[in-house]
Amino acid sequence: MTWQFSPDRPIYLQLQEQIKLMIVSGRHPPGGKMPAVRDLAENAAVNPNTVQRALTELEREGLLHSQRTSGRYVTEDKTVIEKTKSELASEIVEAFLKKMEAIGYSVKETADIIAGEAEVSSNGNT
Amino acid sequence: MAILNCSKLSKYYGNKAALNGIDLSIEPGRIVGLLGPNASGKTTLIKICAGLLTPSSGEAYIGGMSPGIETKAVVSYLPENSYLNNWMKVSHMLAFFEDFYSDFNLAKAQEMLKNLGIDENQSLKSLSKGTKEKVQLILVMAREAKLYLLDEPIGGVDPAARDYILNTIIKNYNPEASVIISTHLIYDIEQVLDDVVFIKNGEIALNTPVDDLRENHGMSVDAYFREVFRC
Repeated sequence: MTWQFSPDRPIYLQLQEQIKLMIVSGRHPPGGKMPAVRDLAENAAVNPNTVQRALTELEREGLLHSQRTSGRYVTEDKTVIEKTKSELASEIVEAFLKKMEAIGYSVKETADIIAGEAEVSSNGNT
Repeated sequence: MAILNCSKLSKYYGNKAALNGIDLSIEPGRIVGLLGPNASGKTTLIKICAGLLTPSSGEAYIGGMSPGIETKAVVSYLPENSYLNNWMKVSHMLAFFEDFYSDFNLAKAQEMLKNLGIDENQSLKSLSKGTKEKVQLILVMAREAKLYLLDEPIGGVDPAARDYILNTIIKNYNPEASVIISTHLIYDIEQVLDDVVFIKNGEIALNTPVDDLRENHGMSVDAYFREVFRC
């Protein structure tokens, strides 16, 4: 796993987002054990307190929970994960629509382009 | 209680102020970047904390004590320039540290050397500059100190060695201890830091958590530093 951090935003936020992606994509499956703070810090080459902060935020969001003696686990509640997934999808779509708007496409026109592309790729697959 | 506390700390060389009324407090468990251009006072501050220079006025306290014999037992200092003697072997240095510092963890140092493939029987003369810097960092980080003072630990080594050094600092993180790293290579180091202290003409220009700076200014510490210290 390679971690990428952009220079203009807090690192804990970026860690939080990237771990969230790993949970949503199933790299860290529901009920799975998370690596220890120290290991994550080493792996991502970031400060352990920053990792701690990102994990605490994810706990607050209900994606992780900690068990006092044995560590941190991904939630087993799939509805929380699904909800996070759809929130992420909205964010990605929103950002995409903004970009399309910037080059002069309305939402409707963008939707048409996507429908066209979807048709082409589904034809290609069959 | 703060591990390091400086109040109105000043150091004059003749009538030139190298440090001018520094107030600084560092809590346990923090990795702090001491950042400033050349000749801003970084090394002077570190040397006072290490007990190698005496302040002209003001005080520095380490765990409540003025720098001296007791504080040297809990402060692990990596100087800017190597003090390793070329005729010695790596094993001599291990014995030397083992002898000198009761908090030196020999097994830990040996393991780190082994991971790097450094043979203890090698003489220091035969090591490259980068390897020598790694050996010195290993000696310093293998102490179980309360305060680590690292003066330019990543200057003069290649990017891979730099990664190794930063990784060693992360790996040895101890919530009871603090690490102060002075450097002007900010870009490489900023994601390892909790806090940054900017020092300018012997005065503290800024003291803030890294993520707060990024949040408030929408830029990296490196970019912000270039703005503050634009020539």
